[in-house]
Amino acid sequence: MFPKWFDKWNADNPTNIFGPAIAVGVAGSAVFLAAMIVGFGQPFPTESQQTGPRGTGMHVQEFVSDLAVYPDVEGFFTSEPVVPAEGAAMMGDAAGVPPALANLTPENYERLVTAMREWTGIPDLLAPGNDSYQTQVAWSMIEMTQNINQNWIGHVQANAEVGVTCYTCHRGQAVPNNVWFKVSPVNSNVAGWSANQNRVTMVSNFTSLPSDYLETYLLADENGNYANIGVHDLESRVQQQPGDPLIQQAERTYAFMNYFANSLGVNCVFCHNSRAFYDPGQVTPQWATASLGIAMVQETLEQYILPLQDVLPAERLGPVYADVPKLACRTCHQGEQQPLNGLNVIRNWPELAVLDGAPDYSAFE
Amino acid sequence: MAYFEYQNIFTQVQVQGEPEMGIAQTGENILGGERTRKATFSTLIGWLGNAQIGPIYLGWAGLISLATGTLWFNIVGLNMLSQVDWSLTQFVRQLFWLALEPPGPEHGLSMPPLNDGGWYIISSFFLLISVMSWWLRTYLLAAQHKMGKHIAWAFLAAIWLFLVLGLFRPVLMGSWSEAVPYGIFPHLDWTTAFSIRYGNLYYNPFHALSIVFLYGSVLLFAMHGATILAVSRYGGDRELEQIYDRGTASERAGLFWRWTMGFNATMEGIHRWAWWFAVLTPITGGIGILLTGTVVDNWFIWAIEHNFAPEYLGAYGYEAYGTYQDFGGVPAGGN
Repeated sequence: MFPKWFDKWNADNPTNIFGPAIAVGVAGSAVFLAAMIVGFGQPFPTESQQTGPRGTGMHVQEFVSDLAVYPDVEGFFTSEPVVPAEGAAMMGDAAGVPPALANLTPENYERLVTAMREWTGIPDLLAPGNDSYQTQVAWSMIEMTQNINQNWIGHVQANAEVGVTCYTCHRGQAVPNNVWFKVSPVNSNVAGWSANQNRVTMVSNFTSLPSDYLETYLLADENGNYANIGVHDLESRVQQQPGDPLIQQAERTYAFMNYFANSLGVNCVFCHNSRAFYDPGQVTPQWATASLGIAMVQETLEQYILPLQDVLPAERLGPVYADVPKLACRTCHQGEQQPLNGLNVIRNWPELAVLDGAPDYSAFE
Repeated sequence: MAYFEYQNIFTQVQVQGEPEMGIAQTGENILGGERTRKATFSTLIGWLGNAQIGPIYLGWAGLISLATGTLWFNIVGLNMLSQVDWSLTQFVRQLFWLALEPPGPEHGLSMPPLNDGGWYIISSFFLLISVMSWWLRTYLLAAQHKMGKHIAWAFLAAIWLFLVLGLFRPVLMGSWSEAVPYGIFPHLDWTTAFSIRYGNLYYNPFHALSIVFLYGSVLLFAMHGATILAVSRYGGDRELEQIYDRGTASERAGLFWRWTMGFNATMEGIHRWAWWFAVLTPITGGIGILLTGTVVDNWFIWAIEHNFAPEYLGAYGYEAYGTYQDFGGVPAGGN
């Protein structure tokens, strides 16, 4: 096939071409790949939300493919309220009507109950004559929702009218996702600091950090006090005072902050300034919203969730302590900065927006 | 032979014959009798280093070190196993998460209950004996070989950092709870929490020095290793001969660096550079750890006070930055 001189030259000059071939192949592939990335763009593009001055690492990043994806938003059931006529009859203390909804007209009451059944996936919720534990829970949860919308407006409407309804946590399921239970101690045969960490648990977000941070920071102790969320001593030189944080408090707070970040799909610099995490004078506006959120969760647990201990049946209670399922950031946020991607869920539901007084339908007149 | 067959990370030509058993086990060599009497060859090991395995000299220091080290290792392991209720499956599954933790802060420097740090104190005692007798062994072996004690002193530098973390600093802080847990992930948790608690360890100047020497060691190791390999065709890998009788390998290596950066180390001096960089890494690091919490409680604020980190008092202009509506949130007004 080849001319004779060519075959002869090859036979006289045996050369191992594998070395150069591998080198050329590796270098060529790298050049090709680089050219493809330059030509077609990064195959997994990301986008950043700036949270502070440029050049200081203050940003939250996401894959573009994860942005503008609203899995649960579509499932939100809603309907416009019926503006009550002057002097219209109210539900009052009719049998089976939750006291928190006494000042609703029958049309709006029916509308709300229908929506609540959609939101919670409980088809006979608040049905007349239904005296299951779910009725009692619903009464309490309605008040809780109203309390959050009225008294914690600084958190649930911090940037825009968003608010909460049953759907914010329930998402069409009778038991919301991302509830938590007490699990500490998580290790056998040890006590104290060794007992509440170093174990793969849901609560610890699969880290070896302490699993007891939610109960420590969000539940009051027997004196009604909450543990201090803090990691530093703010003196440069040693002035260790009783109550100053130790490494153990720092680690537990770190676990809590990790929970925050996972719950909201953000990182540290969403709330903290990268140059001084500790300084409340340098935090971002979100820090205040989050701090209100902590207080809101503490109050909500104390007033509305813990009292359900004796209401819920055994199969709804925790695996270790048979404690009531508890909420925290992730129960509402479910990985988003604002629950349901900031969907305004409260607009059509003035009935859930006030705890005291009549619903305000003026926007629909 | 093609160039890539010669320049191979593995030793290509191995000599295996009568094992080299060392100097006779008599006379002045009083510890000689404690050497094992057998030696074998391994081609596999020979690819990486000397193919001869053994004889080994353990000595009384080595025996104590191995025994106490094994005790420490087993105490840690059995405590981990006990924490998962003696389930081997869970032990394997959670191995990287499990730890033997120091006692809680409420126990101070007292002897805590066994299940709340007591085993940690006991095992740490054995680890201390083990590490110190292994150090003694390096010293005694060097003496037996009539060598300098450079290896022992370098090892002692690492032990200094180990003792600061587990002994000196906890004692100065008045609590064993300051010590580092024995566990894979938990000791990393400790490192993070330690840095956060004391206001960011990166602002600790001794931590900074330690990093300089650590990265400097890496750089020196790479430069020296590369230089010697590059002149081994002229006998440069026979470093001792080149030290007392400088040949063309040393000349070329020195000229290369002098013409590259205006300065070159000497065939002997480069090893002093490397030794000091390596040794200063844990020494400076240990000083930094020892000062943390005992002298300085917040390195970031300390750094601001010493004009080492800038203080910023201006406005941050947060109102100008991104909103959730532009970053994954539903468009305004949608529902």
